[in-house]
Amino acid sequence: MDLTLHVWRQAGTSAAGDFQTYKAVGINGSMSFLEMLDLVNENITREGGDPIAFEHDCREGICGSCGMVVNGIAHGPHDMTTVCQLHMRSFADGDEVWIEPFRARAFPVLKDLVVERAALDRIVQAGGYVSIRTGSAPDANATPVPKPDADRAFDAAACIGCGACVAACPNASAMLFTAAKAAHLSYLPQGQTERLGRALDMVAVHDDEGFGNCTNHGACQVVCPKGISVDYIARLNRDTIRATLGGVGSPAATAGQ
Amino acid sequence: MQLDARIPSGPVEEKWTRRQFDMKLVNPANKRKYNVIVVGTGLAGGAAAATLGELGYNVQCFTFHDSPRRAHSIAAQGGINAAKNYQGDGDSIYRLFYDTVKGGDFRSREANVYRLAELSLNIIDQAVAQGVPFAREYGGLLANRSFGGAQVSRTFYARGQTGQQLLLGAYQALERQIALGTVKMHNRSEMLDVIVVDGRARGIVTRHLVTGKIEAHMADAVVLGTGGYSNVFFLSTNAMMCNVTATWRAHKRGAGFANPSFTQIHPTCIPQGGEYQSKLTLMSESLRNDGRIWVPARAGDTRPASDIPESERDYYLERLYPSFGNLSPRDIASRRAKEMVDAGHGIGDLKNGVFLDFADAIKRLGRDVVSERYGNLFEMYEKITGENPYERPMRIYPAPHYTMGGLWVDYDLETTLPGLFCIGEANFSDHGANRLGASALMQGLADGYFIAPLTVGNYLAEAPRADADASALAAQGVVKEVEARQQLLLGINGSRTVDSFHVELGRIMWNHCGMARNEAGLKKALQEIPQLREEFWENVLVPGSGASLNQSLEKAGRVADFLEFAEVMCHDALTRDESCGGHFREEHVTEEGEARRDDENFAHSAVWEFTGVGNAPVRHEEPLTFEHVPLSQRSYK
Amino acid sequence: MRQAVTLYQSSIGKKFLMAVSGILLAGFVVVHMIGNLKMFEGPESMDGYAVFLKGLGSPILPEYGALWITRIVLLLAVGIHMVAAFQLWRRSRAARDVAYRKNDSQVFSYASRTLRWGGVIILLFVIYHILHFTTGNVHSDFAYGSVYQNVVIGFQNTPVALFYLVAVGALSLHLYHGLWSVFTTLGVQNPRVTRVRRPLAAGLSILLFVGYAAVPVGVMAGILTLR
Repeated sequence: MDLTLHVWRQAGTSAAGDFQTYKAVGINGSMSFLEMLDLVNENITREGGDPIAFEHDCREGICGSCGMVVNGIAHGPHDMTTVCQLHMRSFADGDEVWIEPFRARAFPVLKDLVVERAALDRIVQAGGYVSIRTGSAPDANATPVPKPDADRAFDAAACIGCGACVAACPNASAMLFTAAKAAHLSYLPQGQTERLGRALDMVAVHDDEGFGNCTNHGACQVVCPKGISVDYIARLNRDTIRATLGGVGSPAATAGQ
Repeated sequence: MQLDARIPSGPVEEKWTRRQFDMKLVNPANKRKYNVIVVGTGLAGGAAAATLGELGYNVQCFTFHDSPRRAHSIAAQGGINAAKNYQGDGDSIYRLFYDTVKGGDFRSREANVYRLAELSLNIIDQAVAQGVPFAREYGGLLANRSFGGAQVSRTFYARGQTGQQLLLGAYQALERQIALGTVKMHNRSEMLDVIVVDGRARGIVTRHLVTGKIEAHMADAVVLGTGGYSNVFFLSTNAMMCNVTATWRAHKRGAGFANPSFTQIHPTCIPQGGEYQSKLTLMSESLRNDGRIWVPARAGDTRPASDIPESERDYYLERLYPSFGNLSPRDIASRRAKEMVDAGHGIGDLKNGVFLDFADAIKRLGRDVVSERYGNLFEMYEKITGENPYERPMRIYPAPHYTMGGLWVDYDLETTLPGLFCIGEANFSDHGANRLGASALMQGLADGYFIAPLTVGNYLAEAPRADADASALAAQGVVKEVEARQQLLLGINGSRTVDSFHVELGRIMWNHCGMARNEAGLKKALQEIPQLREEFWENVLVPGSGASLNQSLEKAGRVADFLEFAEVMCHDALTRDESCGGHFREEHVTEEGEARRDDENFAHSAVWEFTGVGNAPVRHEEPLTFEHVPLSQRSYK
Repeated sequence: MRQAVTLYQSSIGKKFLMAVSGILLAGFVVVHMIGNLKMFEGPESMDGYAVFLKGLGSPILPEYGALWITRIVLLLAVGIHMVAAFQLWRRSRAARDVAYRKNDSQVFSYASRTLRWGGVIILLFVIYHILHFTTGNVHSDFAYGSVYQNVVIGFQNTPVALFYLVAVGALSLHLYHGLWSVFTTLGVQNPRVTRVRRPLAAGLSILLFVGYAAVPVGVMAGILTLR
């Protein structure tokens, strides 16, 4: 099949960007979307042009590196799929495909479709961990964890940090990401001690990074390649409100004591 | 090159305890005066950086990804072994140690493997305390499964995403240290060389992948946790960016490279779909528990599976190995599949796979049970191939997956270049010539959390501080070299893309140094690789400049290193004139067609010394002795 | 104090304030609708209800006392709801500085997309509504205290009645998304509750729409006439 691509090209963060049109010729239905871009890039390179920059690594939907908005949808038209696992059989001969980077002020474009998502790391730095010293842990079976809790924690922990939730959210909010990390730890006994402070601190950094706020549209849940539920946002809201009204000291505030 | 493994004396059970006691310690108040560089943020690197930071050292941590959470450890599916014996089925540290040495086909160091088995207990405790959501039973205790042919259930798992969950645990620990200021994280920074001052590793040179800035970072010790080199085959299950550059550049600066020919092929991957294919996808080995592997009995049969009657199918694993059948070990299952395809029995449009058939399982267990066990894998398969495995058999084929070879390290995980440590898949590891399933995660975390942080501390306490002037001078020199090499790549302006060279190299390596090797093929490869390398440096086309994000330039540097590395890999395969584990020399087979070891001549690790690009490398040997696990032949008949 | 500051500063805190004020306003809207239905009992009932409201709380409170307390509380709630909404809107607008060229919006419900504009329409409507039926400034024939008569005369003007219908439509959509959102914002995660939150919000919104539309439609249909 042959496709027409309209790809966002931007030389750098401060440069102006624009759409460029490319032909993708002789595309095979069993190619992945990124392999289709590889092919386009090989042609661009051979013709002396600058290949389209896009981030990718594992190409099996787990590393979270890849991500772009395909025809208006983060990671493209398939549910529960990263763009590296999207295959060209989802497209038809003659299709026009618009390819844009994830757009959010907190995700500045570095080049073409590559955006900087370090803001998500900084949200984790604010408290997305259990403060445990290496080698000091008690026996792993010392604290049983009810299976439903372990399963729910896992469902939240399945987040790959790709940022599609931010890309799809009309408010460019990273609340699903933040809530998933907080819920992963708040469902486990190991995560209880720091639970409320964690919620408070992660939400504060989320806001400071320039993400928008959640207005419960649910677009994040629809595009999430791991199907993470917006219900976790309710849990984070509750913990944050409890922490706020209860006046829980945050680890940041009590560090060094 | 001096190969002193520095194995502590005493009984194997006490060696690690003795070593820890003998270590020199750094005064807690002085720890922050020491700079340690950790390259790589996978299970090994991430865990090491977090723990070193926690201990109080001043850590600089580097990854070429946009975030430390993306390292390829994240893609490990199956699980992690630990001798917890929570199932009460007779497991013990000693049994895990025994299985690992034997599984590695007697090409690993007993002392290291024992320590690995010992530390496996601490890893699970550590991970659970961090909040890793392992699978649990209804009683709330941890669940285990048997994996990769083990006779005990010692594998801990988190659905099919164990690597991801363990990496997130290490990542969270690392982010905590970053927040506390003990670790400074350098994202999107690719290590391109090691700085050696007075015979010791004193720093690295990196290129920032967005700004293009090439700079030197100095430290008192350098730890490499930069993963394996399966991508030398171009097509592998490794992530696209996995490469040999960090360890190869360290090798060129004096670190010995051990057993590079020890690579592991995973039997159940989705076969290549076409020329355009960029990587292969692994399907969990657990599928072999219920799937039956077969090919058409008649070579060249192109009928669809459903049209081939039972009598014209060859369930070759069941035929050849009546007791293990479809569950025979990875290397055996892989080789038999290759033989079938080579003999013209391959299936699919490209005739490059074998069937993995669930029709019998569905008949026996019902579709619901099969779906419960393998539903997510079937979905993944259908997403990639567009074929429904409930209705037609899966197509599978072996693919490169893990590399047991790597930088040689002593008991302290220090390379032959003092001050340079190597951990995880990047070192030549505890897996010998063949890694058992669910052991890679175990080794990465043992190295990262529990070994390197202590042994690096011991090194810091003993080593002299660097001379500032000499360091600055050395750094300047290495930066210049790295810049010159980059300019060279950008200036060739030839007509072939970087990928086209990588594809060609991969084909040479897969054909001659892949699943089965022979003298003639390896010699041919040793002729072809230098020619390809020469053409690369004359005719590669790297567009753009070095001053900004340039993914072609990044790839070019990595492929250039693979083109050098491939040669030593073939030298190693050629000189190891025996078959063992993942290294299968067609000249050395038993009457039943299995690998035949030569313990008399090859019970050693081969360690290579670099002597210049294109020059024959020098081979050294570290003899291996087996006091606890008697040398024996594997048999799966 | 730190709590109040944090509540005001964080996006979740602002949403909490919006949720609480929104619940208060929704409660008012329900009570107001029930009061409206007294129109169908005739002028005496309707006008008497107005007198009852004025005298509510006496003798402890002076005449109009409870009414003004309610009005002040409602005004505060509206203020908080609006200020927080405005600040959150500004924050979100800044969070996406470059818009998508293609935006497949199928995943958003109409109600969620129109929440903010719906709020603006409702605000304009409320101002008009007060000028229309409370102070009578924009009413052609306003008679203080004759609530029934004012309403019937007001809605006999068809464009005005239609405008009311549009406005209560907007109000219902706003309440639909707002009401089910409240559960998430306040952190309700009980699956038994979350399963019914959408039908609950939809049911209440439809009920409110029907209840509010009944009066203007009743006037237009000639069921409610001047007596």
